[in-house]
Amino acid sequence: MQRAELTMGPALFNWKPETWRDFYFQVADESCVDTVYLGEIVCAKRTPFFEPCYAQVTERLQRAGKQVVFSTLIEVMTERERRITVDLCARDGLLVEANDAAALYHLRGKPHRVGPFVNTYNEQTLAFLAAKGAEHMTLPWELPHGSLAILAGKAAALDVTLEVPVYGRMPLALSARCYHARAHGRVKDNCQFVCDQDPDGMELKTLQGAPFLVINGIQTLSHTCLNLTHELPELCEMGIGAFRLSPHSRDMVETADLFRGVLDRRFSAGKATARLEALGLNRDRGARDQAVPFSNGFYHGQAGYQWVG
Amino acid sequence: MKAESARPELVCPAGTPAGLRTAVDAGADAVYCGFRNATNARNFPGLNFTTDELTEAVGYAHKRDTKVLLAVNTFPPAGHTDLWRKAVDDGIALGVDAIIVADMGVARYAAERHPEQRLHLSVQAGAPSVEAVRFYCEEFGVKRVVLPRILTVPEIRALHDETGCELETFIFGNHGLMAEGRCSLTNFATGLSTNMDGVCSPASHVHYEEDRQRNLSTRLGPFTIDCFACGQSAGYPTICKGRYRTPGHPEGYYAFEEPLSLNLAALLPALMNAGVRALKIEGRQRGKAYVQAVVSAWRKAVDDVMAGNEPGLDNLLALTEGQKEGQGAFAGKRWR
Repeated sequence: MQRAELTMGPALFNWKPETWRDFYFQVADESCVDTVYLGEIVCAKRTPFFEPCYAQVTERLQRAGKQVVFSTLIEVMTERERRITVDLCARDGLLVEANDAAALYHLRGKPHRVGPFVNTYNEQTLAFLAAKGAEHMTLPWELPHGSLAILAGKAAALDVTLEVPVYGRMPLALSARCYHARAHGRVKDNCQFVCDQDPDGMELKTLQGAPFLVINGIQTLSHTCLNLTHELPELCEMGIGAFRLSPHSRDMVETADLFRGVLDRRFSAGKATARLEALGLNRDRGARDQAVPFSNGFYHGQAGYQWVG
Repeated sequence: MKAESARPELVCPAGTPAGLRTAVDAGADAVYCGFRNATNARNFPGLNFTTDELTEAVGYAHKRDTKVLLAVNTFPPAGHTDLWRKAVDDGIALGVDAIIVADMGVARYAAERHPEQRLHLSVQAGAPSVEAVRFYCEEFGVKRVVLPRILTVPEIRALHDETGCELETFIFGNHGLMAEGRCSLTNFATGLSTNMDGVCSPASHVHYEEDRQRNLSTRLGPFTIDCFACGQSAGYPTICKGRYRTPGHPEGYYAFEEPLSLNLAALLPALMNAGVRALKIEGRQRGKAYVQAVVSAWRKAVDDVMAGNEPGLDNLLALTEGQKEGQGAFAGKRWR
């Protein structure tokens, strides 16, 4: 069996540009991930903050031996979003991951990747996308293990690598409306980038105070943090070839080491999870907020927030 | 204001055989419906059609010059695609006028197996850009695209002008806040998937709880979606219409949108002028009386615009049953 690839997904939150840059420098210099996805995928308005760092970050990652893939916007609708998408897809020598049909339109006929925001739910869709040039696809969060296994079989026959998200808050929905702006009494056009106040998303609690979701601009994510360390052996067995960590404002270098360790059978999933818990989100916010729980329900065909031990 | 464009098709919901006959009799140009299983995005108990019922319904509609559009617009999970293929095959055998698809695998199957069959792209496929529309039209021969409810009228016009594609927009009914076909909020809370099972906020997972002061809270799975003081009427708990707390809103607020329904009556002439070819009324889960009233009112409004008269909007405005209504993204960019 081939060595499983560990990847760092695109940073989803609106970090300060220097934080963003330093995060990727650290990933380049210290982390064990094999592949890094770059690019602002949530909000076209944020793109100008990160663009000036792309060349420098790409070079540093490549020099460290990481493969760099650019990931496209998850919602393409306005002129500006369309232009950003075509610019990215048309650039020579750049490996691009499509997150929307607009990107698929530009990328068809040449080798590319398909991201988890494209609905690759079944073997026919997978075969169609492969015929259009997709060589590597990351599957949506909500697929249960039975579907993943069937897709892995089909992908092997077509020489396509499949990737599965295994860590981080799970994107659950997107909208044309910016809910960060709304929370601050603004709209998208005059948002003043208030999303930069929440490096791991703005928490939404129910009226009874239970944590439920988090908001990241137009995106809604789970409050819980996906953790598939225990499922890694089964995923490898199925033939899933790559595993994605989604960046948070935590020690992602150690997080990557923990996943690598489980993949290489250097230590147990239980041990990795205990350590991940200690590194976990909200750990530093004191007694008022509990640490963010892990979940793996989607994989087991249950509600996504659940943790199946 | 007289519309410059051709007479648009009024596309109406048909949740049941009786609902279908009601919509046809009230003046629908086309009705849309689905089979009684996970192959369509309104897989609710008591709704939709058996093969026999659809056979009869197609006969009824065609006799009255009304088209029947079959929604096969969910995303089959791997290993279960046979049910979706059968839905496509059965619908075509029964003589439906178009199949509404969302999944690329289903679209490819329909396009290859039934190249003569008219395909519409479901709102669930989420194609709001020139490139996305072209992708689906060129790859699968899609003839009409149902637009997500996230574009303004000028954006719809531009999309029409640039692609030349036949466009359908929602004009009335429930207003979802999230991009269709890309939402797994229900699955997160319940274990049932909007994309794969065709359900949004399924009744089987909805709970109403009354406290001692007779305040009512509504839940989906374990999550409270809203609370209502004694005497307030409680809304159905849909995640994107709930109230939540943030540090800036300690008492709770509608984080996504206040519960309101979509009503584009006032934008009707503008939509028609923008080149919209078909106007869709949401509500396959609604009763016959509602369908009758809504379809008749829209029939009259469209005919008024075509005749160069002001559309009588009052009837339409009264139909939201006391619920708040709005124009969502259609009215302008400030909605975003």
